[in-house]
Amino acid sequence: MTPRTMLDKLWDSHEILTREDGASLLWVDRHFVHEGSHHAFAKIAERGMKVRHPELTFGVADHYVPTHGTAASPDIARMIRTLSENTARHGIELFGVGDPRQGIVHVSGPEQGVTLPGLLIVCGDSHTATHGALGAYSFGIGATEVAHVLATQTIWQNKPRRMRLAVEGELAPGVGAKDIALNWISLLGADGARGHAIEYTGSAVRGLSVEGRLTLCNLSIEGGARSGMVPPDEVTLAWIKGRPYAPSGAQWARACDSFLALAPDAGAEYDREATLDAAEIAPIVTWGTSPEEALPITGRVPDPARARTEAEAKRISDSLDYMGLKPGQSLTDTQVDQIFIGSCTNGRIEDLRSAAAVLRGRKAVVPGLISPGSAQIKQQAEAEGLDKIFTEAGLEWVDSGCSMCVGMNGDLVAAGKRCASTTNRNFRGRQGKGARTHLMSPAMAAAAAVTGHLTDARPLLEGRL
Amino acid sequence: MTGWTRIEGRATALPVENIDTDQLIPARFMSTPRSEGYGDFLLYDMRHGDDGQPDPEFALNRPEAKGARILITRRNFGAGSSREAAVYALVDAGIQVVIAPSFGDIFSSNAINNGLLPARLDAEVVEVLLAACAVDLTVDLESLMITGPGVSFAFELDPVWRQKLINGWDDIDLTLAHADEIAAFAEDRKERAPWVWPAPVQG
Repeated sequence: MTPRTMLDKLWDSHEILTREDGASLLWVDRHFVHEGSHHAFAKIAERGMKVRHPELTFGVADHYVPTHGTAASPDIARMIRTLSENTARHGIELFGVGDPRQGIVHVSGPEQGVTLPGLLIVCGDSHTATHGALGAYSFGIGATEVAHVLATQTIWQNKPRRMRLAVEGELAPGVGAKDIALNWISLLGADGARGHAIEYTGSAVRGLSVEGRLTLCNLSIEGGARSGMVPPDEVTLAWIKGRPYAPSGAQWARACDSFLALAPDAGAEYDREATLDAAEIAPIVTWGTSPEEALPITGRVPDPARARTEAEAKRISDSLDYMGLKPGQSLTDTQVDQIFIGSCTNGRIEDLRSAAAVLRGRKAVVPGLISPGSAQIKQQAEAEGLDKIFTEAGLEWVDSGCSMCVGMNGDLVAAGKRCASTTNRNFRGRQGKGARTHLMSPAMAAAAAVTGHLTDARPLLEGRL
Repeated sequence: MTGWTRIEGRATALPVENIDTDQLIPARFMSTPRSEGYGDFLLYDMRHGDDGQPDPEFALNRPEAKGARILITRRNFGAGSSREAAVYALVDAGIQVVIAPSFGDIFSSNAINNGLLPARLDAEVVEVLLAACAVDLTVDLESLMITGPGVSFAFELDPVWRQKLINGWDDIDLTLAHADEIAAFAEDRKERAPWVWPAPVQG
């Protein structure tokens, strides 16, 4: 038998049939819905259809949930209420506002064991590749596709091309999964992995915790990839075991065999391969308005005059205009107005610990918001005393949700203000109209809070890791 | 959705890279029901000045862009969020074809599901078309050609997507025709991986 990649194995185990024109009908094991799924529920309601497999569908309130108690507007409250109504009507389990299992869908799903290796997982959210960190084949879909999955528990797909991204060697202290991700995206481009599903591999990836792998896979879409995944190993199994929806008892041993068998076969061939040297990766920040516009913190803002093409020069100069930066200025000379720590990218317990390592015993000189990725993480962080470190530093510790990453719940960065943010998109207006976002790791955002400008976190972490 | 094979119309230029879906439709408009129409939200923050008034200099606000059905733009169009609302905004504003060197994958799927063609052309060719705008073009799905006064280019499109645009297929109807195969697959899946169906939660 031809050696198979991890994507091949996942694809084969979900393919119901292939049409003459090449499209495959795939079985969906898990479907997550959130407030934004209202278009899709409306579509199936128009046709008088029911949700085909409510037991495989999970609702999570995240995009619009308040982080400060009550919904910021009647429209926002209506979005949350509509999700509750739609999930109740169709008998779908909901991790709603106030539920101890609530959180950002890409945090709560894995945390509750709803996400498992070998599953095909979809959600009407582009960061769905996050779940690939546990060995699932997962990808984001649009409203028409969400309606299709609700109605049929299947989805039509063209098989993506197979890409292997190896990160070999050891990461330096203070450098993590966020830096790996921004590094490869800055090298290959925001559309660099378009049409591909990435299998992350190499000693540096194997050395990441599950939290780190979740961050790495989460950012796959920012490099244009359809999906991202890490082969399950003992680290994966130990992390999943005992979670509420994970298999248990006799089923656990059988499931483990099946999970470990997802690793690519020796000699499996890829359409594309790339290798990064972990030792060369420094803490990275974005300077522009696309995640590809990122540089090591020790670098300088690029000069459009040195661009290779007219289109590139225009892009750089547009980005610098929007961001209020000068060509050639040192990144560390960039003053920030505020910081945000949280999101499906960096709202997990290790992210909070890493920010706390920088902030312990120090004061923030700019305001900041810290929103844990889930209610459970909030509880855990408080049990570890991290909340005290944050509030004593002068930062605000709030409830979990997508919050200031997407600005839908009213947590916004004001026009012209600059935010050091652990989120995934520095797009124009993403955190609020006119907001200026710099993406970075939690330790780096914490360092920016302490100094008031973009800062290399490594010296501030010395003796603290 | 109605299928189509040929569109003739005004093409307008938006020579910008990385137009993401947050720009195509800012998040604050997304709680609106589709029935109210999304056309006015298209590229809202690019089209309007800080005073909230339409910026007359912005490409899509210029008189020659009026009635445009084709948008020509630079690489990585539609990157980012999976929000189908980005496609609704384009379609409701009358755009039926976007021409660019590359597109976000999820955006492309959403586009096809709403009859909007994401036509991929080499960056050099896109630059030629951008320079020629505003111009009347014909886009043909049968021949996969884009033609205009004195120019003619072949564009790339996945064959599955081409068929779908031409036929205006509704996927749910197509899929329901395979209901028996799906049910048999589900039974088999349950046997091979029973943990896919979560047990009642303990505690």
